Amino acid sequence: MPGPSFDRDVIVIGAGPNGLACAHRLASKGRKVTLIEAEATPGGGIRALPDLAPGLTPSLAHLVWQIDPRVEAAMDLSRHGLTWEATDIPTTVIGRDGNLVIRGPLTEGPDAAAWKALYQRLLSFAAALEPFRRMAPPRLQAGGNSWARLAKNLIGIRALGTKDFRELLRVILINAHDVAQDELTDPRLRAALCFDAVLGAWAGPRSPNTLILLLDRLAGEIAGRKGALGLPKGGMPALAQAMTNAATAAGVSLRSNSRVSRISIADDRITGVILHSGETLVAPVVISAIGPKATILSLAGTEHFDTGLVTALRHQKSRGGTAKLHLALSARPDFRGADLRSRLLLAADEHEVETAFNPVKYGEVPDRPVMEIVIPTAFSGGTGPHLLSANVQFAPHAPKAGEDAAREAMLKACLARLEEAAPGISALITRAGILMPYDIERQFGMAGGNWHHGELAVEQMLFNRPIAPLSRYATPLKGLWLTGAGTHPGGMSGAAGRNAADAVLEAKA
Amino acid sequence: MTYDALILGAGHNGLVTACYLARAGMKVLVIEKNDWVGGAAVSRELTPGFTYSNCSYVASLFRPEIMRDLELPRHGLQILPYEGGAVFQEGGGYLGMYRDHDANRREFARHSARDAEAYDVYSRDVLRYCRFIRPMLLRTPPDPARFRPRDIGELLFIGKQVSGLSERQIADMVRFWTMSISDYLDHYFESPVIKAYLAVSAIIGTALGPMSPGSAYVLLHHYMGDVDGNIGAWGFARGGMGSITKALSSSLQASGGEIRTGAPVARVLVKNGRSIGVVLENGDEIRAKRVISNMDVKRTMLKHVEERELPGDYVASVKKFKTRGSSGKLNIALDAAPKFAALPEGSPAIKGDLHFTDSIEKMERAYDDWKAGHFSRDPFQDVMIPTMIDPTMTPPGKHFMSCFVQYAPPKIGDLAEGGRDWTDADRDAFGEACLNQIERYAPGFRNLIRHVEIRTPRELEAEVGLTEGNIFQGELTFDQLLFNRPVPRYANYRTPVRDLWICGSSTHPGGGVMGAPGRNAASEILRDAKLSPKDMSDAWPVL
Repeated sequence: MPGPSFDRDVIVIGAGPNGLACAHRLASKGRKVTLIEAEATPGGGIRALPDLAPGLTPSLAHLVWQIDPRVEAAMDLSRHGLTWEATDIPTTVIGRDGNLVIRGPLTEGPDAAAWKALYQRLLSFAAALEPFRRMAPPRLQAGGNSWARLAKNLIGIRALGTKDFRELLRVILINAHDVAQDELTDPRLRAALCFDAVLGAWAGPRSPNTLILLLDRLAGEIAGRKGALGLPKGGMPALAQAMTNAATAAGVSLRSNSRVSRISIADDRITGVILHSGETLVAPVVISAIGPKATILSLAGTEHFDTGLVTALRHQKSRGGTAKLHLALSARPDFRGADLRSRLLLAADEHEVETAFNPVKYGEVPDRPVMEIVIPTAFSGGTGPHLLSANVQFAPHAPKAGEDAAREAMLKACLARLEEAAPGISALITRAGILMPYDIERQFGMAGGNWHHGELAVEQMLFNRPIAPLSRYATPLKGLWLTGAGTHPGGMSGAAGRNAADAVLEAKA
Repeated sequence: MTYDALILGAGHNGLVTACYLARAGMKVLVIEKNDWVGGAAVSRELTPGFTYSNCSYVASLFRPEIMRDLELPRHGLQILPYEGGAVFQEGGGYLGMYRDHDANRREFARHSARDAEAYDVYSRDVLRYCRFIRPMLLRTPPDPARFRPRDIGELLFIGKQVSGLSERQIADMVRFWTMSISDYLDHYFESPVIKAYLAVSAIIGTALGPMSPGSAYVLLHHYMGDVDGNIGAWGFARGGMGSITKALSSSLQASGGEIRTGAPVARVLVKNGRSIGVVLENGDEIRAKRVISNMDVKRTMLKHVEERELPGDYVASVKKFKTRGSSGKLNIALDAAPKFAALPEGSPAIKGDLHFTDSIEKMERAYDDWKAGHFSRDPFQDVMIPTMIDPTMTPPGKHFMSCFVQYAPPKIGDLAEGGRDWTDADRDAFGEACLNQIERYAPGFRNLIRHVEIRTPRELEAEVGLTEGNIFQGELTFDQLLFNRPVPRYANYRTPVRDLWICGSSTHPGGGVMGAPGRNAASEILRDAKLSPKDMSDAWPVL
């Protein structure tokens, strides 16, 4: 009996960076790909949000920490319209007694030498671990592993040299707070190290296993520069546009404004998807980039999986701890003279970062949040109104006091903190908006409002991401695959999309 | 005269090392700064007629192989398993714990039928991790950066342990080792009070909260012992914890070893990179072919060895070794048994560990206080009344109560400014917070008190010598476990000074009255001296 006939090879659900990278890879390998996006504009977490004020277009993500070099090269993003406003953005920490500028390994003050040594050591550790990002997570027992590749990666780590290898084994699961205290004296540097380690995580810097999150972040590169921060010209939506252009140029058929309501399954095998409109799209392979929980528990249906897997997935942790603040300002704010063409950190020391996490553990709002601020309009040198975009830590994903009360309290705490760091800023605000983790969940579909569709924490990394039985992009349901930030290695670098596409291609070969 | 081995500190690990060395024929002297032996495993009469286990207070981790090797039962050691336990809830309820499986199941079901089911699955899973880790306790950790046959052999041993598990079990175990106990328990249980009870072992003695990743491993550290082969069970040493070290002393003396108390060491003598003995505080010199310190690595290397004798990066590593104290202790002499309002008359629950913290959130908030440089306002207490089972510690009808308290910081005040030392007033306020908490659940309790000893990290450091009052001689996080304990490259009980060794809990496998560090150090020392270890049982065969 002939199988069903399909007019396309693959459906990818969700046109975020990973969905786009995945669809592009498959299309460029000759597959007929349909990419389905629920929103009007592709991009997911980097898409343009409605204008806050005329000309001020915010987005959820506001900086690029990493684009997978394989993805950037394959999609040829510069040909498709990506140009950089800045590729090596410095960080300015707004401290209690003055600001401190950090440019990669360089900074001022008594810790300059210590910081340089520490930063470079962390970069070398990050580089040694980075190859694991570019492969499906290893299996723990024989079968299915690329042993040559694993051996190469391990030799790469040992090649750090005996002393650094030992140090890496010591610090691999250490907390950021202890490293900051051991190696640095300037509270502002300690704050920066701790803040960057827990940015986007549901953990304070005293939590063990936080330094590795910083290593993961430093593993990326922008325009060939390791650990750099980039801002595309036109903001993050411009990156989404370039990726979309590249994908469609490779033959991906993009369907926006199309929300999937079910994945259709017949005889324990994928047959396609059913849209909210009722339309059915058929394909033998469906790859979902919208998050493991949403895909398995909602779109496919738990009845197709064994109960152990469903239970494990339900318990997978996906607590968002970061709120997003957007302000429209009538004029340039003054952060005590800080260069606004930098990333501003409002965190005085390591304790402040930790203390801001305390109440969130109990579903409460912190009095003094810490935050990372980007003013994209300051980079383009515009003289008009400015957009201030901030990632605020920490915010409860399920507040005890109720969602509206928590949102209001959070906004108030943020504005008080801002006024302290930039006296007079309150008078400049013409519009303010804050997205709490639960708002982010609603608007972007990210479980718990967590950026990574599931916390990026050591116990949910590699062969445990998102959960052990789903860690190599395949699912037990024939034809259904996972990608996106919820799969290894997380994030919006496109690496998960690329790895998943390669896994699908390999399985088909 | 020159001893073959001079051991600094008569704690349980120092005595274990001494016993093994003496049995192998070495001439051994143990010196101790206090006028009594025992370190943190002591029984002391601090008020007439009452024996206190005034530091460590329960036994389970002490390795049975060591007890057998050193014939400790013959020298008077008896471990009495205890049963029972209760968590008192705000509002008058309680969760009881019983040794009988069915009774315990019924009690869990009273709080949540689902959790009663889940407990069997949970116990099976945790036991699996215990079984995995136990064979590693009596082994010297490998140095993964070296390619010596022994290191490779030990790595292979670990590999072999891992390969005995299924792929799924390995993934689960890695998750367990890295996650917080709070998240781990959420996978199994729904009842806050059951979770609060089970989370206890994950925070005892550590500078972590139940929501800190890595705390699940600490739970394992408390579960991997046994009493009479019953893994995870706990017991009292009859006559108090000092009975363990008294039996060890007696065993040592029976093999010809000597002990000198009231002899604080000033400095380890180093000549041409080798240790040749020590100078005592009174100026006396004692010569020995090797010096073995039972003190923690920081105290040994930073206080008693001159810095110029040590490589700079070693000193830097030792300084980074984390010994933040997190616990305090109240020892109380009682005129009668306290009555806990929630417990029915005659409940066996009172014979076990009693807690007043009925949710993980309360434990975590107690930890937040510690982080801010303050003792917990609503502390977590692990209260035991060993005299319910062992009547030898007090006059008839009277009781000794041991209250272990989390959290108490090593310094008080704003940690951003470094904090300040504890004062007597701080100590008394800390004691009040604990006593008032008990009084709330056992009205009239305070009227029964005859004498109280309050111990903060300050007292633990001053008396027992534990740096910053850390009961494990160093925190139990991955950066300080296995080949990282106490510092990378020197996890094999050696130091950069030849013939200077470390045998205390700041070495693998860490704290608790376990004896394993002392036994492993003795094994390395004897190997180095080319002596065969007599009576040292190899609990688990090499490959």
